[in-house]
Amino acid sequence: MSSKQDDDIRTKSGGRFSRRGFVKGVSLSTGVLGAAGVLEEEAQAQSKVAVQGPGLTPIQLDINNRPHQVSVEPRATLLDTLRNKLDLTGAKRVCDRGTCGACTVLMNGKVIYACTVLAIDAQGKKIETIEGISQGKPHPVSVAWVNNDAQQCGYCTPGFVMAAKGFLERNPNPTYEQVKRGLGGNLCRCGTYVGIRKAVLEAAKTMGGKVTGGGNA
Amino acid sequence: MPDYSWPKMDSRRQMGRRISRLDGMPKATGAARYPSDQNPPNLLHAALLTCPHAHAFLKSIDISEAKAMPGVTAIEVIWPPGRELQWQGAEIAAVAATSEEIARDAVRRIKVEYDVQAHLVREDDLGKAGNRAKPAGEQIDGDPDKAFQEADAVIAGNYNIAVLTHCCLEPHGQVIAWGDKLEYWPSTQSVSTIATDLGGSLKIPAADIHVNMDYMGGGFGSKFPADLWGAVCAKLSKASGGRPVKLFLDRATELQIAGCRPSVFSKVKVAAKKDGTVTAWQSETWATGGVGGGGVGADLLPYVHRKVPNRRINHTSVSINAGSARAWRAPNHPQLSYITCSAFEDVADKLGISALDLFLKNADYTNRPEVYRRQLNKAAELAEWRKLWHPRGDRTAGPVKRGLGIGVNSWGGLGHQSQVRTTIQPDGGVLLECGTQDLGVGTRTVIAQIAAESLGLPLNAVTVRIGDNRYPASGPSGGSTTVGGVSAATRKSSLNALDKLFQTVAASLGAPPEQLEATDGRIQVKGAPAKSLTWKQACAKLGTMPVSETGDSNVRRWREEGLMNQGAAGVQIADVSVDIETGVVKMNRIVAVQDCGLIVNPKLTESQVYGACIMNVCGALYEERILDQQTGRWLNADMEFYKLAGLGDIGEIVVHLEIDEENDKRGVIGIGEPPTVGTIAAIANAVANAIGVRVNMVPLTPHRVLGALAGRKA
Repeated sequence: MSSKQDDDIRTKSGGRFSRRGFVKGVSLSTGVLGAAGVLEEEAQAQSKVAVQGPGLTPIQLDINNRPHQVSVEPRATLLDTLRNKLDLTGAKRVCDRGTCGACTVLMNGKVIYACTVLAIDAQGKKIETIEGISQGKPHPVSVAWVNNDAQQCGYCTPGFVMAAKGFLERNPNPTYEQVKRGLGGNLCRCGTYVGIRKAVLEAAKTMGGKVTGGGNA
Repeated sequence: MPDYSWPKMDSRRQMGRRISRLDGMPKATGAARYPSDQNPPNLLHAALLTCPHAHAFLKSIDISEAKAMPGVTAIEVIWPPGRELQWQGAEIAAVAATSEEIARDAVRRIKVEYDVQAHLVREDDLGKAGNRAKPAGEQIDGDPDKAFQEADAVIAGNYNIAVLTHCCLEPHGQVIAWGDKLEYWPSTQSVSTIATDLGGSLKIPAADIHVNMDYMGGGFGSKFPADLWGAVCAKLSKASGGRPVKLFLDRATELQIAGCRPSVFSKVKVAAKKDGTVTAWQSETWATGGVGGGGVGADLLPYVHRKVPNRRINHTSVSINAGSARAWRAPNHPQLSYITCSAFEDVADKLGISALDLFLKNADYTNRPEVYRRQLNKAAELAEWRKLWHPRGDRTAGPVKRGLGIGVNSWGGLGHQSQVRTTIQPDGGVLLECGTQDLGVGTRTVIAQIAAESLGLPLNAVTVRIGDNRYPASGPSGGSTTVGGVSAATRKSSLNALDKLFQTVAASLGAPPEQLEATDGRIQVKGAPAKSLTWKQACAKLGTMPVSETGDSNVRRWREEGLMNQGAAGVQIADVSVDIETGVVKMNRIVAVQDCGLIVNPKLTESQVYGACIMNVCGALYEERILDQQTGRWLNADMEFYKLAGLGDIGEIVVHLEIDEENDKRGVIGIGEPPTVGTIAAIANAVANAIGVRVNMVPLTPHRVLGALAGRKA
């Protein structure tokens, strides 16, 4: 009911859950065995890995095509960093556990939940937030949201708009059924889904099936 | 005095238009700043320590280690040792710190000892409630025993419905800066009254509290008070030298303590004649919302059909160790509608008649028989009842069974006390100010449409400001009262201001003020449109002084004024498919026929009805507070397992608003709540119609559907 497309789930863990990474993790947690020889090589490799934190760590994030220097604790999520450190408050903290999609942003053009990504892991990636797509003219997805009254309190809206943008970049001509499934990873409490379904289809039309922005699908 | 009555339906220029909400774009571009988005300079973050136990005494609390942490600016211990804590999530202490991470770490370093007590967290088995069950006493109308003896048919059923929470997407909380005065950014349903509440807790004058709230992320009845966490946040700010502090509940705490809707369990007996006329109703209900128990208005049973002549009503309130109930969008009505409509459809099944015919037959027991009959027939038409309905149990081959079911609603919706100030500037600018709030209904848009209509201006000629307690006071947004209240107040303040403008320009138009009218951006003499001024020319005649007039909704004389009214009715029909192998219920369609008054903006009104139906698809199929009696703990205090419907779970929704001259004449009636009622009833009935047996507990999870098919009771 509330899972993103498989595609997006893979994205979120992609690159971090490699076998090599796993082995490293094991070697770290059983580091005491290092002297026994078998894991020594891995232990040496481990020592070359830069250790970050605890405490504030300076990082650079590429958000909306602008570099942002910020100091965060390594455990800080991308969402909390956006909201608390960079005053980019469009992405909302609702479930804080990767369920509701209110914090959705695009990372390297892919839809992610910003509450499940650490800010330090977002370094070197292109982050696009609702503020980024709203500079100057409103994005066609936002326009469609307004036209179809796809919002009431509006707290889920920025996340939904970003999810819809990411979805349309991969599915420029979606069917109604695809919309219903493809945006199942975002939740609304006021009950605006009827308007949202219409809005996504209208946005697809106005965007003319063209991929816009930082999509790489 | 101006004639405040609404312009005739066919002569309106702005009211009745399907315009998009005026603050839609700030919301859809992320520019809208909600209370939880406020980041004033020098902001501190706060975190709450809450009780992990369902029932305990606070034995000791040691904050020394937390206090010594770098970055911690203040700690507020909420209760002294010895305090009885009655539910998981009860507030113990709060920490303010320079970052959220530090605040949370500090909370973990507070050492608390509890003296854990026995608890009760489940109410389903009334026999285990002991002295925590408080019967309200029996009510009898007529002679129910005789009616049951003489009945052609009697049914007995259990209809149970779980506790829901509000699950507002923006959690409860606020930002407060308490220096000389107190700046307050709450997420609230009551901008004009919340300062009094907070001021009372802090023992400071409400006038020293400035409330700001441009947007808020959902309330549904749970966000009226300033709450304990409001006062705690203020104290943390004061103790931190007046620096602003942000304190919002985390999701688990939001679900645990920020409000819930009472459950209802019931044993119902209904007597009826062969033709479907219900002759007696008997119900034993019990309910809980938390430690305060649960009264659910059982005396309103059978819901809507309150005039059934023979009734025996018993209700027992059960106190359990869980966070307290708060008003939840149409308090009690969804549960009462569910119990009543379920029992009625079970009667129809027993008599072998169509549920539709049974509801039509018994409409005389309602306060508005013709309205309900008309709505039942309209809903049946839109739901293709004649084609799709079948006696209970879909006999077609295959595991997927389809069914239809009916639910009814009733609500007041009279506008609340509200004041609006309309200011007309000499440069032609128009400003509307009101200390109201927009929970998502489109309050700003409604005010703008009515002001523009009343002043004969285009929409973009008026500016609306709400969400500040320095504006004229307006009531809390609850009970579907907002649109009625602000509509009447806007109409009156705008016409009052216009009257002043007429007095100023009358001489130059050579006509008395009462002969003037404002239309199409001009002030003109009635019947002689050649004698006119443009709006700008007219306003210029004010010289340097703006005109500023208020108007109020006048809750004492609403009948005489005729601007607002009460009394909404509605009928919903759900169409579902149930897979009897998996127990999964799929929504095909909901038809919602809704009575209304004067509709200011049909587009926004329809959104309210869609939203109400969708919210109750959640309640019918997914949402449930699950507490474990063994440990006393919540099992699903998160949004993964406290489930809401998603985009693909709701089926199609067909809304039919009865917009016509007759309803229009009644004046404005709030619509946020009535369509919330009846959806759960309709879905539960549709499932029974599809699978041939009654699932006797909502939400209708696959487990319960399969259980009912296997003959188990919930």
